[in-house]
Amino acid sequence: MSKPAQRTLPRLAAGAALTCLVILWVIPTLGLLVSSVRDKDALAQSGWWTAMSDSTQTVFERTEHPDTQIETEQGWVLEGRLEIGATGYDILRFGGSQRDPAAGAVGETVTLKNGNQLTVNADGSYRFVSPEKPWKGSRGKRIFFSYAQPPEFTLENYQEVLTKGRLGQAFINTLTVTIPATVIPVLMAAFAAYAFSWMPFRGRDWLFAGVIGLLVVPLQTSLVPLLRLYSDVGNFFGFEAKGYVGVWMAHTGFGLPLAIYLMRNYMKSLPKDLIECARVDGASHFEVFVKIVLPLSVPALASFTIFQFLWVWNDLLVALVFLGQAEDQIVLTAQLRALLGTRGSNWEILTSGAFITIILPLIVFFSLQRFFVRGLVAGSVK
Amino acid sequence: MSEHITSAIIAIAIGVFGILAYFWISNALLDGFIGRSKRANKEVLREQIRPWLFVGPALFFLFLYLVYPVFETLWLSFKDENSSQFVGFDNYLWLFKDPEFHTTLRNNVLWLLVVPTLSTLFGLVIAVLADRSRWGTLAKSLIFMPMAISFVGASVIWKFVYHYNGEGDVQIGILNALMVALGAEPQFWLSVPFWNNLLLMIILVWIQTGFAMVILGAALRGVPEETIEAAIIDGANELQIFFKITIPQIMPTVVVVWTTIAILVLKVFDIVLAMTNGQWETQVLANLMYDWMFRGAGDFGRGSAIAIVLMLSVVPIMIWNIRRFRQEELGR
Repeated sequence: MSKPAQRTLPRLAAGAALTCLVILWVIPTLGLLVSSVRDKDALAQSGWWTAMSDSTQTVFERTEHPDTQIETEQGWVLEGRLEIGATGYDILRFGGSQRDPAAGAVGETVTLKNGNQLTVNADGSYRFVSPEKPWKGSRGKRIFFSYAQPPEFTLENYQEVLTKGRLGQAFINTLTVTIPATVIPVLMAAFAAYAFSWMPFRGRDWLFAGVIGLLVVPLQTSLVPLLRLYSDVGNFFGFEAKGYVGVWMAHTGFGLPLAIYLMRNYMKSLPKDLIECARVDGASHFEVFVKIVLPLSVPALASFTIFQFLWVWNDLLVALVFLGQAEDQIVLTAQLRALLGTRGSNWEILTSGAFITIILPLIVFFSLQRFFVRGLVAGSVK
Repeated sequence: MSEHITSAIIAIAIGVFGILAYFWISNALLDGFIGRSKRANKEVLREQIRPWLFVGPALFFLFLYLVYPVFETLWLSFKDENSSQFVGFDNYLWLFKDPEFHTTLRNNVLWLLVVPTLSTLFGLVIAVLADRSRWGTLAKSLIFMPMAISFVGASVIWKFVYHYNGEGDVQIGILNALMVALGAEPQFWLSVPFWNNLLLMIILVWIQTGFAMVILGAALRGVPEETIEAAIIDGANELQIFFKITIPQIMPTVVVVWTTIAILVLKVFDIVLAMTNGQWETQVLANLMYDWMFRGAGDFGRGSAIAIVLMLSVVPIMIWNIRRFRQEELGR
């Protein structure tokens, strides 16, 4: 772009403002992504923005058995090495009781309240001295310490949510809903759009105006009558009212107005001569449509296909009303919603679950963004 | 599992090939029945019938799924909860006395004012900024990305942003962490009446800004350069050009974007359901309607009445759309 006006606006200020807005827009999703691969305890104890830095953990280990104590001039001594020393993590502070787990820094010797002296070194070796009386008891004494845990990333959350969270099954259910509910309206609308643009018939413009009116009808007005209709039909023929066929048909009905509108606008813009020549040469409308118009309309078909795919994949309302909520029919959005209710504070489940539900739309979106944008623009700017 | 996949594939095949078979067979039948004869009257008859084969399935679906239900819903809204008795305007009278409905209406008006306006505004600003930036394309992609995310997914993303841990605990929600960092009290945001509505609206603004940005970006590129150059020669500065030349020229598109988002806002359901389910005074029409459909044994009368309120609120936009189309067709 080289419009002269643009040179006058300070480029830096514009760049900074844009950067701020983009950061603002990306942060929530970034938080989801980062959290979904974090260790579940770390996730619950620290903000996701600290994921790249060490986290401080406080735990205890037991010393060697009191039988191993040695009597020296200072008193009775327990010596050994904490297992943490072998991991290479940095020990920060230590102590002898739960109440005061950070009495001393690494390398120091600390005198505890009961008079015992404890030393813990950076390599995990310790020396616990009881000056007055010998160590007793059947187990080793507890040494509390805090250490810096380096960031840990894991795919465990995904494993858990796919199996226990049942998102694996829901993923397949969603595909089962989405593919026919995308292809059927596209085909149906393509034929209708051709008729609306190139076949003269009585009441055509009137009907198309009706389609435009239907573009904005909220699908909420359809729910109650359809729910009743479905259960009546189901009762009459003796099958379950909730099922895939019903959902495909519902999505087809709800998606058609936009599909017809988009494709009719596109087909109408094709050169008139092309179709008329073919007609004069004796091709029927069916042949003209299949052999000429359909191949030329691929961009419009692609735009709407992406629209409908995203819309159906992301839909919750239609799926809640027309599908069963048991494992065999529940879709991703509904299952995620259910998890939000039952596992509301298990963010490792929710974040990884949410990512599974959005991954396919994101892939489709980024790889086919061009078509998607073209469709959006064609659908609203005229 | 594998059994389920097989039946899914079979079902998909039946659905897709069924529709293809319909078009192919019906057209073949038409050609066969009326005869291959080139006699003029048969040809005419064939070509009178064929359009209806093409639009037939679509019209059937549109009628069954969108047209008929509007009238049926209107009829059911005058009946009782299981649609067995005629109750006149009782459902509507109840509705207008119900305090929850008042809150709902207030919220819907708020949503209608805030979300389309903010989305359009942000979309416009970003479109303008991105056009001047070297990494504008990438920036636009990132802002546009939430469009692909489901409302439920977005709700999870933002619920995590708003997450509240009891006081004294580490705040893992970024909003509360910020509050603490600034020395303020962390809040259980979603339960703060009135303001929680805005927090829910932010989610939809976050999603819809990308849409506004793309459409307005296209319109900005359509502004003829000569008008801008003329203004520069006349000594206009950048702001004057933007507000006096660019904005008036893209105004029709701004209106389209605003109304498109407004229609979406009226239907917003998933976000409220997933975030609060209407608690803490965050109810909206679409969620209230769903709620009444299934509350207890379900009250179809009240649910239908709410749906009709929703329907009535889109009628002006519907009429406007149709008139705009009529004018365009005349202009062709």
